[in-house]
Amino acid sequence: MMRSLVHVLTALAVIGLAFWAYRENYRTQEALARADRLQSDVAEARQRLRMLSAEWAYLNRPDRLMALVEMNYDRLGLMPLQPYQFGRIDQIAYPRPEPDLTITNPVDVMNDGERP
Amino acid sequence: MIRAPLRPLARILAARRRGENPDAIERENLRLRHEAMRDRARRRAEGRLLVLAALFLAGFTVIGGQMAVLARSEPSEPRAGAGGARILTQRADITDRRGRVLATNFDTHSLYAQPHRMIDPEGAAAKLAGIFPDLDAARLTRDFTGKRKFLWIRRTLSPEQKQAVHDIGEPGLLFGPREMRLYPNGRLAAHVLGGTRFGDEGVSAAEVVGTAGIEKALDARLRDPARAHEPLALSLDLSVQAAMEKVLAGGMSIMNAKGAAGILMDAASGEIVALASLPDFDPNDRPAPPTAGAPDDSPLFNRAVQGVYELGSTAKTFTIAQALERGQVAPDTIVNTESPMKWGRFTIRDFRDYGNELSVTKVLVKSSNVGTARIAVETGAERQQAFLKSLGLLDPVPLEITEAGGSQPLLPGNWSELSTMTISYGHGLAISPLHLAAAYATIVGGGRQVTPTLLRDPDRAPGPRVISESTSATMRDLLRLVVTEGTASLAEVPGYAVAGKTGTADKPKAQGGGYHDDRVIATFAGMFPAHDPRYVIVVTLDEPVETSGSEPRRTAGWTAVPVAAEIIRRTAPLLGLRPAIEQAGTAAIRRTSN
Repeated sequence: MMRSLVHVLTALAVIGLAFWAYRENYRTQEALARADRLQSDVAEARQRLRMLSAEWAYLNRPDRLMALVEMNYDRLGLMPLQPYQFGRIDQIAYPRPEPDLTITNPVDVMNDGERP
Repeated sequence: MIRAPLRPLARILAARRRGENPDAIERENLRLRHEAMRDRARRRAEGRLLVLAALFLAGFTVIGGQMAVLARSEPSEPRAGAGGARILTQRADITDRRGRVLATNFDTHSLYAQPHRMIDPEGAAAKLAGIFPDLDAARLTRDFTGKRKFLWIRRTLSPEQKQAVHDIGEPGLLFGPREMRLYPNGRLAAHVLGGTRFGDEGVSAAEVVGTAGIEKALDARLRDPARAHEPLALSLDLSVQAAMEKVLAGGMSIMNAKGAAGILMDAASGEIVALASLPDFDPNDRPAPPTAGAPDDSPLFNRAVQGVYELGSTAKTFTIAQALERGQVAPDTIVNTESPMKWGRFTIRDFRDYGNELSVTKVLVKSSNVGTARIAVETGAERQQAFLKSLGLLDPVPLEITEAGGSQPLLPGNWSELSTMTISYGHGLAISPLHLAAAYATIVGGGRQVTPTLLRDPDRAPGPRVISESTSATMRDLLRLVVTEGTASLAEVPGYAVAGKTGTADKPKAQGGGYHDDRVIATFAGMFPAHDPRYVIVVTLDEPVETSGSEPRRTAGWTAVPVAAEIIRRTAPLLGLRPAIEQAGTAAIRRTSN
């Protein structure tokens, strides 16, 4: 009795393990396929990044920026950095408090008759 | 289970009848039964051993087979490997000191033809000639209808051109992927970067090989697959380089010069922040090397490194520094400067007559050839030679570009006493502006030898000591006086305390036989700020003429110096240098807080 129970349990365990191994195998294959996909995505993204950084460098080349600054001089007024533009922090005045001009309390306007 | 009885009745009765002991029969049977049991047990054990042996054999076979398979199979990357470690480009990028791209790679396509697979060769040739105006339709037709099985048509294509070729719809026209070197900043730092070309070409890939500049000198590093993903950081600063090139180009046209060179170098580490040579070229479309004419007429010629010129009075700094270092003179020692000075049948003159005697300080400030020559004669030829060698002025500069090999200084064959005198004021020894920058950095930067480099390396070990710290400080003061009251007065930039020395040298005639009297090389070598030099600047103009006055002026004080001053005015703020109130002498101004 005991022995046949052990046999049945062993058979069940074998079936269970076989099923588990089967499922793990498919999951591994799926993970590998996903890793492959991601890697090709990464490679594609890197390639795009390279392209974009080359384009960024090309659009930010000093020649072009200088030409743009000259074209937009009347709007931006940009000049080359000059030595006198350096300042020290203690040369900057604290911002003045805004004078309070809002009138919240009512003002009585009275007319006390004509003045001579 | 049926067992044989131990006491079979028939045999017992028969034995009793014979008068034997029936127990003997029982023992006999018991013995037989035990023997049978023993045999059975042995057989079973043997069977089990056999099964076990078979199992072990199977196990060892599997392991051995697996080992054989592993040993015979090709190694391959595990499929789930990390994605970051992949080789992305075949050539590393080049960036400036702040990581801004100077050279990168660009994916494009090449175009090739397989005429035997073509359907309409004549039509394809005509359409290709329409897309690429530089191709000849007749020649293409000849190639396509001939016996050739394969020919290259274009090395690189723009995406628009590729689409246009694709639209022809000819199966015999094929594209191959190409990685192309791109210099996004165009002409900027062209002489440093150099250029590349395609090496071995295949249908699916082509080698990119450096042809000049740092691309060639560090070709192995740039192509090293293990380091292809990390960019090579140069010491150049993109914005400073751009500002210097712009100012230098402007100065070159104002001063009517045919060429110009500028170097801005970190005085402590020898890192070159900007290096320009004009005229320049576009490394994306590098011109062919010249086959005729003087080499310095070609835009490929790097005046800052390959241009070895007699740099005139800028060399007086070295003579005076050596004399001070030896204790031979002090700044206020009086030197005989009676001009002209006769030496054998040779006469040395000053640009102007400065009187019969001057102090050493004044010799440098007024730039007296006679005074410098007298100091040098006293120093002696051998010591002068050794000193110039320790400054690195007698060997090519070990800069990381291929052109640096062309900076071999031109030395006199026989270093006579007369050579000593002329070399003391910059004639008879031809060096490149880069030599000059390195030597000035050594002299004003504390006296340790500075070797120029193009690679970002802030922690370079200082070189061997050439002059003492105190001589270096004295030289800084003397060179500052050249600007405040001497020949380089136009170099004054408020807030940056520029110090330096001018040099004007007549150009030697190309076919030999003396010097031109109306062609000069004007040089300014200086540093800023004078009390604590951070940067060394060298500006050289080739054949400048300043024509704003009544007569043309060619001296460096009127040509190279204003250009250098403008470069400093533009680049010093970019380098983050804050203008400072100059400290007068040794009395430091202290700020007190209240």
